[in-house]
Amino acid sequence: MVALSDYLTVSAILFGLGVAGIFINRKNIITLLMCIELLLLSVNTNFVAFSHFSEDMPGQVFVFFILTVAAVESAIGLAILVVLFRRLKTINVEDLDSLKG
Amino acid sequence: MQTEMLMLHNLALIIVFLPLLASVITGIGCRTVSRTFAHSLTISAVGLSFFLSCWILKALVFEGNPGWNQTLYTWGVSGNTSFQIGFLIDRLTALMMVIVTFISWMVHIYTVGYMRDDPGYQRFFSYISLFTFGMLMLVMANNFLQLFFGWEAVGLMSYLLIGFWFQRESAIFASLKAFLVNRVGDLGFLIGIAAILYYFGSLNYDSVFHDVRELAARGDMLIIMNNHEWSAITVICIALFIGAMGKSAQVPLHVWLPDSMEGPTPISALIHAATMVTAGVFMVARMSPLFEYSEVALNFVLVIGAITCLSMGLLGVVQNDIKRIIAYSTLSQLGYMVIALGVSAYGAAIFHLMTHAFFKALLFLGAGSVIIALHHEQNIWKMGNLKKYMPITYITMLIGSLALMGFPLFSGFYSKDLIIEMVHASELPASKFAYAIVVGSVFITALYTFRLFFVVFHTKERMDKHSIEHLQESPAVVWVPLVLLAIPSVIAGGMFIQPLLQGYFGNSLVVHPNHLALTEHSVEFKGIFAMAVQGLSGLPFWLGIAGILTAWGCYIKYREIPLLLQKKFSLLYSIFKNKYGFDLFNEWILAPGARGVGWIFWRLGDRLVIDDIGVNGSANSIGKFSKVVRRFQTGYLYHYAFTMIAGFLALLVWLMLT
Repeated sequence: MVALSDYLTVSAILFGLGVAGIFINRKNIITLLMCIELLLLSVNTNFVAFSHFSEDMPGQVFVFFILTVAAVESAIGLAILVVLFRRLKTINVEDLDSLKG
Repeated sequence: MQTEMLMLHNLALIIVFLPLLASVITGIGCRTVSRTFAHSLTISAVGLSFFLSCWILKALVFEGNPGWNQTLYTWGVSGNTSFQIGFLIDRLTALMMVIVTFISWMVHIYTVGYMRDDPGYQRFFSYISLFTFGMLMLVMANNFLQLFFGWEAVGLMSYLLIGFWFQRESAIFASLKAFLVNRVGDLGFLIGIAAILYYFGSLNYDSVFHDVRELAARGDMLIIMNNHEWSAITVICIALFIGAMGKSAQVPLHVWLPDSMEGPTPISALIHAATMVTAGVFMVARMSPLFEYSEVALNFVLVIGAITCLSMGLLGVVQNDIKRIIAYSTLSQLGYMVIALGVSAYGAAIFHLMTHAFFKALLFLGAGSVIIALHHEQNIWKMGNLKKYMPITYITMLIGSLALMGFPLFSGFYSKDLIIEMVHASELPASKFAYAIVVGSVFITALYTFRLFFVVFHTKERMDKHSIEHLQESPAVVWVPLVLLAIPSVIAGGMFIQPLLQGYFGNSLVVHPNHLALTEHSVEFKGIFAMAVQGLSGLPFWLGIAGILTAWGCYIKYREIPLLLQKKFSLLYSIFKNKYGFDLFNEWILAPGARGVGWIFWRLGDRLVIDDIGVNGSANSIGKFSKVVRRFQTGYLYHYAFTMIAGFLALLVWLMLT
C-alpha cells in the first residue's frame, strides 16, 4: 500500500524540479513553459492523492479542469513564443529584458 | 412710505451704475466709438447722476425722509460672516454724492475742451466715469467690504489717470509712486477692517456702531510689541486712520500727491483736489462712532493733521509749478480737515471738504485753462499779466483764491473759521498746538495763494513772443465749468453753515458727550453776515490780509525781497526745495531698503527654502530614491518568478508560525 505521504513527496519533488527549472534555466523559453506544466502536474498529483484518500470524487474532477487550463495556457504561451521569435529572432531568456526599469 | 423707499432704492442703484455703464460702453468701444459719442454719453450719465443725487438730498433734507440702509446682495458667506453689498443713504452720504457727482460733471464738461487734441480722448472719459462709480460706491457703502472696494477702485483709477500719458517716464514714475504709497496706507486700513471683523464679528456699519459702546466699556486690550497694552478700539482707529493718511495724503504718506500732478489737469481737479483725497476725511467722519471712543486716536489724528497743515503750506510758497503750488495747498487744506476730525468737529470737516471741493476744483480748472492757453507751460515764471488776455479765468481764479484764503463771505471763510473755532474750543491735549498751527496757516495760505495769483495774472509778461500772439481766453467748454464752480465757491459757505450748526447731519455723525464743542458753538451763531463782520475783527482775517500784502510786497512791488531772503536763508530754502527730504529718504533709503529686504527674502525664502528645498528638493530626492529602487526591475522573467515564489513561501512560513 502506497501511503499518502509518498504521493505528496513525489508531488513536492516535481514542484521543486519545476521551480528549479524556472530559476536555473537561462536559455530557452520553451523549457520555461515545460516547467510551468510540471508545476501544474505536481498540483494535480496532490489533488488526485487527496481525493483518493479522503474518498471525495469531485477533487479528481478538478484535475480535468486544470489539465484543460494547462493545455490552453501552453497553447497561448507557444503562440506568443512564435510571435516573439518572429519579432526578436531569439527565444533566449537572457535577451528578453525590455521590462527593465 | 413703502413706495418712497422703493423709489430711493432704485434711484440709488441708478446713480451708482449709470457712470459704470457709460464707462464700460466707452471703455470697451474706445477704438470704435466717436469722440462726440464718448463725451455725450458720459457727460449725460454723470449729469443724470448729479440731478438724481440732488433729488435724494432734497428728499432727505426737506421732506424728512429718514434715509435708507439696506443690503442688496450677499456676495459671499463664510462661517458666520457674510460679505454683502448694500447702500446706506443718510444726510452725510447724500451730501457727498452731490459733491462728487457735481465736481465730476463739471470736470467731464471741462475735459471736452482740455483734452480736445488728445489721442486717448475716449479712454479718458471712460476712466473718469469709472472713477465716479468707484467714489460713489465708497460713499454709499453700508459695510466695510464695500468701502474697501470703493477705496481700492478710486486708488486704481488714480493710478491709471496719473499715468494717463504713459509715454512720459515721469508720469509712469508718479503713477507707480501714488499706487505704492497708497498700498502702505491700505495695509493699515485692511488691518483695521480685519480687527473690526475680529472684535465685532460683522462688517456692517450698523452692527459695528451698535456694539462699539459695549467694546469700549469692556476695554479689550491688545498687546503689541514689548508688552505695550493698547485698547482694541484705539488700535482699530489708528489702523483705519493710516488708511486715511494714504488716501488723504497726510504726512508722511503725502509724497504721492504733488507728483500726481503729472496727470492731465482735469484729473488733478477731480481726484487730487476735490474727491478722492477727501475719501480719507469722509471715512473718518463716517467712522465717527468709533473714533469718538478713543482719545488717543483723536490726538493722533489731530497731530498728524496739524503737521501736514503747516509743513505742506510752507512748501507751497517755494514751488514754481502752477499745479504743484495748488497741490501743496490741497495738502495743507486736507490738514485743516483732518484737524477738524481730530477735535471731533466732523461736521466742520465735511463742511470744509465741500467748500474746498468747489474752490479747489475751480482753482485747478483755472490753472488748466492757463496751461492750455500757454500750450502746456506750467512754470509760473514764464507767465505774467494774464488778466489782460484771459478775463474770465482771471475773475474766477480771483474768486477761488479769496475762497481758499478764507476771505469773509466767501465759502472758505465759513468752513475755515468754524474749524479754527472748534480747535480753540477743544480740550484735547494736542489742541493748543493745533490751534497755533491753524491760525498760522491762514497767513501761509494767503501768501502762497496770492503769490501764485499775482505772479500769473499781474506783473509783466514773461512769455515768449510766439505764445503771446496766440494768447486768448479759453473756449466756452472750459470757462463755463469755471463759472459754474465759482458760484458755489462764493455762496456754498453761507448757505450751508446755518443748517450745519442746527444739526444738519443728525445722527449720521456721532459725537461723544465729552466733546460736544460743535453743538455749543451753534448757540453763538447769529447769522452769516454777523459772522462775516465778526470775522473782520478776528486774528485769522488780519493774518490773511497780511499774507496778501506780503505776497503783493514780495512779488509785485519789491521783487528783490524773495531773492534776498532766498540767499540769506539758503539752508532753509534748500530744505523747502527738497520737500523736507521725504522724497530723498524714500528714494535712497526706504525704497532700496525694501528692495534689499525683498531680495533677501527672494533669495532665502523663495529660491532656497521653497524652490531648492521644497519643490525641486522633494522632486530630486524622489528621483534619487527611485534610482536605487529601479535596480530591482531587471526585466528577467525568472527574477520576477523567484520573487513571487520567495514571497509566497515567506507568507506561508509566517502563517505557519503564527
